[in-house]
Amino acid sequence: MKHTEIAVIGGGPAGLMAALAAAEMGASVTLIDRNSRLGGQLVKQTHKFFGSERQYASVRGIDIAKILSDKIEENPKIEVMLDSTVVAYYPDDGVLGIEVEEKKWVKMKAERIVVATGASEKFLLFENNDLPGIYGAGAVQTLMNEHGVLPGKNVLMVGAGNIGLIVSYQLMQAGVNVKAIIDAAPTIGGYWVHASKVARLGIPILTSHTVKAAYPNKMTGALERAVIWKLDEKWQPVPGTEKVFNVDVMCIAVGLSPLAEILWQAGCRMKYVPELGGHVPVRNENMETTVPGIYVAGDVAGVEEASSAMMEGRLAGLSAAQSLGYDDGSCEDKKAEVKRELENLRSGPVGEKIRKGLSKLAS
Amino acid sequence: MLATNGIPTAEELAPRIPPAERLKKGPVAVIECFQKIPCNPCYTACRVGAIEKFEDINDLPKIDFEKCTGCGLCISKCPGLAIFVVDETYSESEATVSMPFEFLPLPEEGQEVDLLDRSGAVVGRGKVVKVRKGKYEDRTPIVTVTVPKHLSMVVRNIRVGGGKK
Repeated sequence: MKHTEIAVIGGGPAGLMAALAAAEMGASVTLIDRNSRLGGQLVKQTHKFFGSERQYASVRGIDIAKILSDKIEENPKIEVMLDSTVVAYYPDDGVLGIEVEEKKWVKMKAERIVVATGASEKFLLFENNDLPGIYGAGAVQTLMNEHGVLPGKNVLMVGAGNIGLIVSYQLMQAGVNVKAIIDAAPTIGGYWVHASKVARLGIPILTSHTVKAAYPNKMTGALERAVIWKLDEKWQPVPGTEKVFNVDVMCIAVGLSPLAEILWQAGCRMKYVPELGGHVPVRNENMETTVPGIYVAGDVAGVEEASSAMMEGRLAGLSAAQSLGYDDGSCEDKKAEVKRELENLRSGPVGEKIRKGLSKLAS
Repeated sequence: MLATNGIPTAEELAPRIPPAERLKKGPVAVIECFQKIPCNPCYTACRVGAIEKFEDINDLPKIDFEKCTGCGLCISKCPGLAIFVVDETYSESEATVSMPFEFLPLPEEGQEVDLLDRSGAVVGRGKVVKVRKGKYEDRTPIVTVTVPKHLSMVVRNIRVGGGKK
């Protein structure tokens, strides 16, 4: 049985910041990630980030991953376990079950746990949605930016949130033709600057449109054609408005849902909050769940931006360390600063959905 | 309309366009940022204090066109790639537009390219007069291209090679 003071599950923006913050206070940390390198989704984010200097604004996600993982590697208080998936939490004795390199089984007792497992892509229901060539947009981003593999030649992007817009831009950078971006909502959900970036590449954005069906090539069985149609103001499809796109790739970018299995196993109280992406853990202002000693940060706590995930991670890491007695007197000030930062990030019009979700969660 | 297709209307654009008097004096930044999002690197990038300090990180950038020298240091720092520098004093009939351009192949100085508007439609041909791609730009090269003067507020992209869609 391995023992650690603070186990951080997930090495994405939230987990990296949590580990660094806890170590900064003096706690011993084990950072566990299922991938073979740290960074989570940052490793494929080739665009420059928003926010302020504190969240590495204007730095590309791939470079933020490098900056943070270098800091982790230099830190003697942090042990990193890569290729390691936390698959179980035993509530009776608070032990984590970790599958290492798909062959070893490691049990770990942690005094505090920060769950920063992120989120997974949602999918969309339509005829033939299982054809080869139909991907999650995030999956295409991984394929392309991490592995250097193009998904195909012509793409229909479904979803005009930030992921749909950003991946469309990156597909075009890679030389793939994005024929259109559609979204069922009457307005673009992503940042308008991202929308303008793809608009000036000549990609039409069609709001109030959804997928009617996809059709395979008879020889290969893979996607060859997608049919979309318009939605009326009650979100009902309007027959006769069909448009056909000859595409070999369709990317689905219709949102994310928190990867909260460990929290369910631990018996954390969960609440369904659509604004936060689905079932999310109830927690206090220090990011501690209803199970004492288990903290959350990032998308698993509510789907949001990487900038706020980093801030939540720092808050959870500071709080977990403080609860173990690691506090040189600066902890409260540091926490207050992070909370102010989070409040600022969420205070504008684009933060409205998150604010609404968080207040539902707290009620 | 920005909210439905990502393309600003003339009304949406109007408050972001520098006054005609200022445009006559030389290069100036045009910040095409229309939505309050939590972001402020344009302010931290500006060396002459032309972009006001953000009271709230969600504010829209406020630029003092008189202080702005059109140096373009903000272009590659804007994560939204929403800043352009327009110089209407380039020649009698031509202006230049400097824009972020993150595509390959990069044009060379002197090369002719297609000029595109905010919807990606070709509106003319222009000549690349400068390509900045140093460490500062951090893989967001800045291309300065000549455009017919009346298109200085229309051209916002280029296509290298041109002719194909």
